[in-house]
Amino acid sequence: MMGPDDLAALWVTLRLALVSTLLLLLMGIPLAWWLARSTSRFRTLIETLIALPLVLPPTVLGFYLLIALSPSGFIGGFWQAIGGNGLAFTFSGLVIGSVLYSMPFVVQPLQNAFAAIDRRTLEAAATLRASPLDCFFSVVLPLSRPGLITATTLGFAHTLGEFGVVLMIGGNIPGETQVLSIAIYDHVESLAYGQAHLLSAGLLLFSFLILFLVYRMNGTHLLRKESR
Amino acid sequence: MSDALSFRFRMPLGSFMLNTVGEIPISGVTALFGRSGCGKTSLLRCIAGLEQAGEAYLSLAGECWHDSNKGFYLPPHKRTIGYVFQEGMLFPHLKVRDNLLFGYKRTPDNQRSGSLNQVVKLLDISPLLERFPAQLSGGEKQRVAIGRALLNHPRLLLMDEPMAALDRGHKKEILPYLERLHRESNVPIIYVSHDLDEVARIADHLLLIEQGEVMAAGPLSDMLARIDLPIARNEEAGALFDTHIIQHDENFHLTRLKFSGGELTVGWIDLPVGNQVRIRIHAKDVSLALEPPGPTSILNILPATVTEMEAHGRGRMIVKLDLGGVPLLARITQKSQANLDLKPGMQIYAQIKSVALSL
Repeated sequence: MMGPDDLAALWVTLRLALVSTLLLLLMGIPLAWWLARSTSRFRTLIETLIALPLVLPPTVLGFYLLIALSPSGFIGGFWQAIGGNGLAFTFSGLVIGSVLYSMPFVVQPLQNAFAAIDRRTLEAAATLRASPLDCFFSVVLPLSRPGLITATTLGFAHTLGEFGVVLMIGGNIPGETQVLSIAIYDHVESLAYGQAHLLSAGLLLFSFLILFLVYRMNGTHLLRKESR
Repeated sequence: MSDALSFRFRMPLGSFMLNTVGEIPISGVTALFGRSGCGKTSLLRCIAGLEQAGEAYLSLAGECWHDSNKGFYLPPHKRTIGYVFQEGMLFPHLKVRDNLLFGYKRTPDNQRSGSLNQVVKLLDISPLLERFPAQLSGGEKQRVAIGRALLNHPRLLLMDEPMAALDRGHKKEILPYLERLHRESNVPIIYVSHDLDEVARIADHLLLIEQGEVMAAGPLSDMLARIDLPIARNEEAGALFDTHIIQHDENFHLTRLKFSGGELTVGWIDLPVGNQVRIRIHAKDVSLALEPPGPTSILNILPATVTEMEAHGRGRMIVKLDLGGVPLLARITQKSQANLDLKPGMQIYAQIKSVALSL
């Protein structure tokens, strides 16, 4: 059966995935909108930076984050200056790492969904008394529903399965920074295959289920069906 | 003139400049007419505020909407307009009913005039209310788009070739509704089109746009009777006549019309005697003769005076005639002109092969 440490790891993992997904959506939606509509010359630069975690080994991102988050680092120093308690090897540090690491998985589906909306549909809303913000909530977001669902799921699932970045900046503190993927690694190291199986199979099943549900939802969505 | 839409826009437009100055009366239907790519849609978009010209001035009945000198620009959602796009641009995630009510819901109570029911009835769209846009034909989408714009309670209805994306059959389906809209609502309409027949059927006023500039403007009948404009070269060129019905001939299924310059016999018109009928006689359907012709199948032969002529190249020319004070256009070949030795002031006979009903 699952020990108290495993349960704690499960709880840390879920909390991390939820908080990260929420932050990813809050930042990713405006960012993706800007990327989809902007003609600024900084666009390509920002797009590249966001896509970097797709190609970099997680240890590279983790290494630089560790330096930045340390008390003498760029982010960690600032955090302590405003009264924080240090970020490396804390849950808050993990959230920062996860958000950066999963950003492309959230921004790219959103950006594609936003870019697929005909500019004239938005112009039509503008001629019908909808302010840009009103138009965003009443036209853009409903039309991007499949993209939103995909972005949310990928962001959530990708954070669940994260390993390298967490190991670099969070370490392995039960109840604080030990997540499922690391708990599994621990079990395997100590040859506790039974417990490794339990957690691995659980994660596998859970990931399969949410992806399956999302694809089904998007597949049967009214908009998709009608645009054929 | 304070009860007009005054505009001045200047901005680059591909290979030339949009450089328009003009006024549009705030009543009836004004057509922005010109060939494809002449800048008429850009002008309409500038009026809507969807495009911001570098140099711009726009005011509706004295109320300023855009003045680049003062750095003032009213965004489209504050302009109380209705805009109908070529392809409808309905919101795909909303049912027809919610599409119709999109602007209505955002209109302050004290600005609302018509109701959903009135508009639904005007455009015959009640069977469509619960459908999604993807389930509509092109013509149905366009009717819903017009209804949606009307329910926005616009002070100005802007239409960008609302029938251009439709095939001929669906055009026939929409035209009667546009004519009905013209008769039954008093929203001023600005209508972009490159189809002269369409314009002749629904417009009261015409702005001719060429290479980004307003080349000429005036009441429709005056504009259609001018032979110095490129309109006269159009395949569909022809003069407008305001007539009334004086007699029906049931045996031959014909109707007799009277206008200030004479009388015409046309195919049966299903309207009572005394009704006003606007007709158009295409220049290509008029031929000229120096003597009253002998027995002929043509029913309408009217004496007329040549007033102006203009050669159009490729051996063709257009002749303007005077029928007792009313202008009539005829398109003939330059060879015919030479054969008949036509000159302004000559008395001739105009033979009218067919007559098109307008409104």
